[in-house]
Amino acid sequence: MKKSLKVIGKPTPKLDGHLRVSGKAVYGHDISLPNMLYGAILRAQYPCAKIKAIDVSKAAKLPGVVCVITADDVDVAHMSHKRDHPVLKKGEVNCIRDEIAAVAASTKEIARKALRLIEVEYEVREGIFDPADALQEDAPGINKYARGDEGKNIAQTFHYEHGDIEEQKAKSTCIVKRRYVLPRVTHCCLETSVVTADYSQSDGRLTLYSSTQVPFLYQRDMARVLKMDPSNIRVVQPVIGGGFGSKLDMYPFEPICALLSMTCGQPVQIAFSREEEFVASPTRQAMVIDLTTGADAEGRFTFREVEITKDNGAYTSWGATTSFVMMQTFSSLYHAPACVFDARAVYTNNPYAGSFRGYGNPQSTFALERNIDLMAEELAMDRAAIRLVNANYKGEKTGQGLEYATCGHKDALDTVIAKSDYTRKKREYKDAPSARYKRAMGFASMLHVAGGAKIYRSDGCGTTVKLDNFGHLIIITGSSEIGQGSETVLAMMACEELGIDMSKIKVINTDTDIKPWDVGVHASRTSFVAGNSLLGAIGRLKDKISPWAARYLKTDIEDLDYDNGEIGCKTSGRSVKIDKVVRELHFQDPNVLCMESYYYEPASDFQDAGYKGNVSGAYAFASQAIEVEVDTYTGQVKVLDVYVGQDVGRVLNPLGLMGQIEGGVVMGMGYALTEELVVAKGQVVNPTFHNYKIPSACDIPEIHFYPIETHDQAGPYGAKGVGEAPLIPTPAAIANAVSNALGVEINALPMTPENVLKAIKDRP
Amino acid sequence: MSHDNSSRSGGFGHRLTIAFTINGRGVTREIRPALRLIDLIRDDLGLKGTKPGCLEGECGACTVLVDGDAVNSCLYLAANIDGKSVTTIEGLSAGVDGPGLDPVQRAVVEHGAVQCGFCTSGMIMAIESFKRQCDTDGVVPNRERIKKSLEGNLCRCTGYKKIIDAVQSLFEQVQGADGAS
Repeated sequence: MKKSLKVIGKPTPKLDGHLRVSGKAVYGHDISLPNMLYGAILRAQYPCAKIKAIDVSKAAKLPGVVCVITADDVDVAHMSHKRDHPVLKKGEVNCIRDEIAAVAASTKEIARKALRLIEVEYEVREGIFDPADALQEDAPGINKYARGDEGKNIAQTFHYEHGDIEEQKAKSTCIVKRRYVLPRVTHCCLETSVVTADYSQSDGRLTLYSSTQVPFLYQRDMARVLKMDPSNIRVVQPVIGGGFGSKLDMYPFEPICALLSMTCGQPVQIAFSREEEFVASPTRQAMVIDLTTGADAEGRFTFREVEITKDNGAYTSWGATTSFVMMQTFSSLYHAPACVFDARAVYTNNPYAGSFRGYGNPQSTFALERNIDLMAEELAMDRAAIRLVNANYKGEKTGQGLEYATCGHKDALDTVIAKSDYTRKKREYKDAPSARYKRAMGFASMLHVAGGAKIYRSDGCGTTVKLDNFGHLIIITGSSEIGQGSETVLAMMACEELGIDMSKIKVINTDTDIKPWDVGVHASRTSFVAGNSLLGAIGRLKDKISPWAARYLKTDIEDLDYDNGEIGCKTSGRSVKIDKVVRELHFQDPNVLCMESYYYEPASDFQDAGYKGNVSGAYAFASQAIEVEVDTYTGQVKVLDVYVGQDVGRVLNPLGLMGQIEGGVVMGMGYALTEELVVAKGQVVNPTFHNYKIPSACDIPEIHFYPIETHDQAGPYGAKGVGEAPLIPTPAAIANAVSNALGVEINALPMTPENVLKAIKDRP
Repeated sequence: MSHDNSSRSGGFGHRLTIAFTINGRGVTREIRPALRLIDLIRDDLGLKGTKPGCLEGECGACTVLVDGDAVNSCLYLAANIDGKSVTTIEGLSAGVDGPGLDPVQRAVVEHGAVQCGFCTSGMIMAIESFKRQCDTDGVVPNRERIKKSLEGNLCRCTGYKKIIDAVQSLFEQVQGADGAS
């Protein structure tokens, strides 16, 4: 690196932390507009039924009710990228979430009471709750809007392949075939879903106060559904109380809220109860993965054959497209000479799945890393050694066309093997006398996009920077903050480049009428893409400022140093305050403002029809070694230590980075051990925090984090995306550890005490 | 507490008058008997810093102090604060330190213990109560004890470690003059 950095790499508290700890941050639930009404949604009573009649007359007459709407009252287009999701359902319901009617009233209580007065006559049908049943010849079609061109009850399929499978099979000394079953889990954002819609009948403009992660795609989707001009929709993002992928799609409650406001001519707010959040917000896909993998006598991987059946639920969301990411793990995590991947998302009458941090990758990593342990066992190889033999490397171009300009995979593995004291512990635990408590260690690695993911036509982000006459910088970025700390990282970059104190930097990022376009906060892309965009804008700003400063200081542009609110001359030591330069540019002919914009598009490929191409500007690698202790009497798994080696490119803000690592690992632990949204015959059985257990402070392990810095040329200061990676290998590593400890095969989640005891009992 | 049955129309017309202190300010309000404390705080008093996470006592996001004790304001009837003193997150920064943040708030920011922040108000109130209790008892809690004290407050972002670090730091500081009330 050419010079030492002042702020980048130093622990920096959250830019607006003081607002979030003092109750002053305004979230969606805190929005209150003059004359605002409260909306509520009547959902299906049965997961599969014909609606014979709906009578809303009693609800409409309830004092305080302003309007009641059903599908008959609105003219809207279907939702989702498959256009298979009606906003309000008519004639039939196919999922327990289905929205049948909506009410706007003067109070929340009246709105809820009105729902109870709506009379719906159902003819209950037998639903289909298992994708295998939905694929039967004689199964009825579940979603009548499905195109069906890929097969009855199939929402979406993906086929990918590279290499010569048969040739690789012939080279294989060991072939392992297993089935993995992954449950339905949900985000559990601490803030439940909420939206406030304010439609102005005088000018036809709609303002939405929404916690979407993708404001510009949301604006477009909303406009299409409501048959409006997108530019007449303004999306304002209040502070978002947790995202994790749940806000990547638009859901029916959002256009419904807009429709209520359009009908009433008043602002309307819809906020979910916690129970409604569990029932009606998205989930990670439940799926079955059939995986066959091979390795030669030296443990070198030969091929992977994958067949995946995902429970799509009744409608299609972005969740069906998680195969984009899943196939990368099978095609490109560890060197893989051949791979064939088939996935299908199958309609059922279950709640529909959405996107969730990791986007299918925790599931595919679970399957692959379990198979690797089984292959090691069969080849009598050490579990760490087999991984090292196959680790990805710098300069590798994978069968899918991913190009690893930098790659910290082997370093990450070496680090966690050494730091966890694996070799000694392996011996020690092997020789330990048989006892109630058994300890063991498990490994897993992961590969994830870390420089955006070009699945939309543009994967870019726009930034405008404005340096005011008093030396304060305003960054107007297209990117969104969902708590992950991107605002802070952007301000740090600006501080680094312009020498302006963090306290004099503001980040504006919440209003589509103001901020430039960005594809959204997802795919661990914000620090990378928005960071590069900001650096581009600052470069242009400096192109404006530096010539004037150089003239004033009688020196060359290359001799300037931006520091401490001043522009200095490195040789003479003379300097000028940056705000003075701004004012001189502003007030002297030709009178210019210090304001510049830049749009950054990562140098990545839109993949071809066979899903081949270098889809991201950079790739993240991580390995985890996890030590567990299992109580063989109760089946309780205690995660003791988690060693994380992760290729982050470069550490930008250690404080924010650690927050992502720790939060990700603990979220992955919940997926591994306790979480499952139990759905029985289409009904959600456990819609409370009491019965859906996310980890608490008492459950957390010691987390030891070792950043691997590979300085990727494409990233800002060499950094890569980090947000999703930490949770991806965690469930796999825990399952490997538990399997090793007990001498059983854990091939399903969650590893609740009940399931672990069953595995012990079924041990051959 | 005074009951007003003047409407004589049974439950609906029944109102209670309660007098209490909130963030150091005396307030008198006429309320429905079934009103929850969280609704009084957020909707009636407009103090939106107290967050509704589950409204069933599982997540702790709505934690406030009643006479110094941490309670889930979603499970607490507003009628029960009559004659008592309530502190919400907004009452901390306006505390004895003058404007700015109180030591718990500052520790949470400095340790990176806040991400989305929706659990943070409740988390901080729980920590305040725990800190006061420890100070009263003359106890310096170990890490396990700190974890236990946070068990009723769920966080989905941080993985708790930085929150625990923040709490621990409060007990590591040299005991200064700030005996925050």
